[in-house]
Amino acid sequence: MDNLSILFDAPVLSVQLLLDGLLIGAIFALAAYGMALVWGVMNVINIAQGEFVMLGGYVAFFTYQAGVHPLLAVPAAAVLLYILGWLLYRTIIFRVVDRDLFISILATFGLSILLQQLANELFGADVRTVSGELGTTFLFDGMVTVAHIKLLTFALALILGGLLLMFLRRSRMGQAIRATAQNARAARIMGVDTDRVYAVTFGLNAAICGAAGALVAMTWFIHPYLGLPYTIRSFMIVIVAGLGNVIAVLGAGMGLGVAENFAGFVFGAEYQAAFVFALLVVILVWRRFSLARHRKYLK
Amino acid sequence: MSRTAARLLGYGVLVGVALAAPAVLPDYRTQMSFLWLMIVFALTWDLLGGQMGYNSFGNVFFFGIGMYACAVIQRDAGLGYYTGLFVGAGAGGLLSLALAGVLGSGLLGLRGHYFAIATLGLGIAAGEFASGWDYIGAGSGMVTPLYPGEAGTREGFFYFLMFGLTVATFLVLRWLYSGRFGLAINAIRDDEDKAEAMGMHTTVYKTAAWCTSAFFLGISGAFAGNIIGFIDPRDVAFAGPTFGVWMVLMAILGGKGTLWGPVIGATVFHITQELFWTYLLGWQRVALGLLIVLIVVFFPVGILGYVRERWPELFGHRVDESTPQRGGSTSSAPAKEDA
Amino acid sequence: MSVILEVRKVNKAFGGLVANADVSLDVEEGRIVGLIGPNGSGKTTLFNSIVGYHPVDSGSVRFRGQEISDMRVPQVARLGMLRTFQQTRIYGGMTCVQNMQISTRQANVKPWQVMFNKIPRQDTERAEALLEFVGLHAKRFLRAGDLSFGQQKLLEFAMALMSEPKMLLLDEPTAGINPTLINGLMDRLQRVNRELGVTLLVIEHNMRVIMNLAEYIYCLAHGELLAQGRPEEIRNDQRVIDAYLGEH
Repeated sequence: MDNLSILFDAPVLSVQLLLDGLLIGAIFALAAYGMALVWGVMNVINIAQGEFVMLGGYVAFFTYQAGVHPLLAVPAAAVLLYILGWLLYRTIIFRVVDRDLFISILATFGLSILLQQLANELFGADVRTVSGELGTTFLFDGMVTVAHIKLLTFALALILGGLLLMFLRRSRMGQAIRATAQNARAARIMGVDTDRVYAVTFGLNAAICGAAGALVAMTWFIHPYLGLPYTIRSFMIVIVAGLGNVIAVLGAGMGLGVAENFAGFVFGAEYQAAFVFALLVVILVWRRFSLARHRKYLK
Repeated sequence: MSRTAARLLGYGVLVGVALAAPAVLPDYRTQMSFLWLMIVFALTWDLLGGQMGYNSFGNVFFFGIGMYACAVIQRDAGLGYYTGLFVGAGAGGLLSLALAGVLGSGLLGLRGHYFAIATLGLGIAAGEFASGWDYIGAGSGMVTPLYPGEAGTREGFFYFLMFGLTVATFLVLRWLYSGRFGLAINAIRDDEDKAEAMGMHTTVYKTAAWCTSAFFLGISGAFAGNIIGFIDPRDVAFAGPTFGVWMVLMAILGGKGTLWGPVIGATVFHITQELFWTYLLGWQRVALGLLIVLIVVFFPVGILGYVRERWPELFGHRVDESTPQRGGSTSSAPAKEDA
Repeated sequence: MSVILEVRKVNKAFGGLVANADVSLDVEEGRIVGLIGPNGSGKTTLFNSIVGYHPVDSGSVRFRGQEISDMRVPQVARLGMLRTFQQTRIYGGMTCVQNMQISTRQANVKPWQVMFNKIPRQDTERAEALLEFVGLHAKRFLRAGDLSFGQQKLLEFAMALMSEPKMLLLDEPTAGINPTLINGLMDRLQRVNRELGVTLLVIEHNMRVIMNLAEYIYCLAHGELLAQGRPEEIRNDQRVIDAYLGEH
């Protein structure tokens, strides 16, 4: 734990970790919001969520290879992943929507393995990145670096989240989605084509993740096995923040980003992934005990 | 021939074939050892998932624990090969059992999807953690000791070891399913709230089931580590995307919630997987993901589940107009024993 | 005759919605007591509070002299008070006999005893006898999930009896049952009460059933106790009539 004492000796380092954590946390929150959307509307927990992020990153990488400006990769990834998500719904997901939650978990789990290994076979296991060099700002006598690209992706993540929110609030399809989330049967009776709503929702979710993935590729790096940690992060954030509260999702996302960064520093970078997964277990167990105290049932 | 005699004969034939196989097909002994391993995987998963309804995506956790525990003992305890192996295997099984008990107090209170994802996280976390822990070799893993016997006898030795473990696991589960324990965990699966409302000590049963599953998995890990010879934290010990996923798939394929279903599923899977590997190489993992999706979506009841739906009488589900006799019952517990 | 269940000033609210307000009732041992009231009057919530499904906000529940309001469902069940569910809950994947076999009273099981497995022969015999009592003996080897709704209700009832309860809380036992079979069910309820001495507290909407079955009736409305008395009194009580009819 020498690293821990370093933090106390040089508090400036904490600022760096905090900042980096907040910035990436917005991206976590974006993916989590998509998961909450699918969960709330269709009662499907999408284990392949992280794979959508990963694939979005690859779209960004390949479009960048083709000479496209990195920023354009974000909408490109969103569109392509929307199509993928929509197709996946029409072929597979629609069959598991009405069945019990475990079937949907298992099916999306299989999907996640499928996509992950497909990426591994097609793209190779190497780490890829999209060079988005935009310069850096130095604070605190150069002890803290703020990469401008990170600021940009943070802003973009917030913008995307805001766009999604506006879509859900204002547009007709958005209203149909929210109505279906509240009561699918009532929505159907009122004339909403719930099947179409589900397809759009799943596509939207994939698009959000794809955009997030593009941001990740621009700012950090991607590889085929990126998916599962993102899925777990999304799940954790949704559990902590709940299904309805956007601000809470953002807060939880940023909190997770910060926690991860600190853990990576204190325990060592190789333990950072372990930390994420272990944290999941801790959160679930803690939540279970706190609910039991109020004798509510975990449904 | 009476039913019992027919059944005994069937078992006898199976055992006979299993005992003769290494002599008949000596080149496939290691492959067949893996068949027994797959069956243990499927059986232990099904105890938890199919029979009790707690679908664990991270049961491979106990496999890895057993593997590492045994390897550490073999490396550090200074015992002879065989003693080290058996003490290590026992330690692996007991450590897994203990961990299941401890983790169970927290995790088994989670229902359905929370439990599934929590165990998923557990399995992966263990792999990541093991990759960083120098005591057990970190990312480089560990190596198990060399087999001291003559060349060519190693494969046979481990074959019979795995076969023995499989038989033991099967018999223990068969015994558990034939009585009150089996009924209790099925009740938990079918309606846990109802079971609690009827006064059942669900926690005790759930923990006992998980500990049993963990115990046999731990021992299998110890043996497997020695068969493979090399323990990699992510790809061998806590191999989520391979072993961890296969456990689930095999049980569902064969028919979860039955005794023979996992056995059938494991056999079918193991054979096809060997074919996959030969012809598809790296793409077999892609095909695996696709297979999971197809089975879950189109064939979730599995082979034996399909048989049960088609021919329920084979499983004892029939209308029986006989009147109840005073002082004797016409029901025997085992409609379950058959499957 | 002693009071087996004593409910005193129980309050339960969900957020802003008051489900039970200051409800008190007594059930004498060996009796059949009815609990009626229009939809939404808090009857099932009261059941849930009594058996420990959720904690009460205030008030006391005593069963056989013992305070149970802070106990959980399994504990209460082990004391001898069981409830059936409005939506009928049975173990769908198991056969009827197995549903019965697993429903015997669970003594305090120590961890190692969990593995003591053998189902005693008399359990199986009693299971078959009870199945015969409810008319399901011929179907005992069928999966419970394959039974019709009415048959499942009977199975649930038989399972409750298997546990040799002191008291049963029945939530709308005749709901969804073919009217021609209701008399048979009523007859069985009375026999269980007379011959086995089981105290019954019954939520019912079917007036004919509850007036003929119950020896004493409590009527809830809007979460409060509206009236109580013998069936003849309740039947003619204007407040009860208004509560049922006055909703529209």
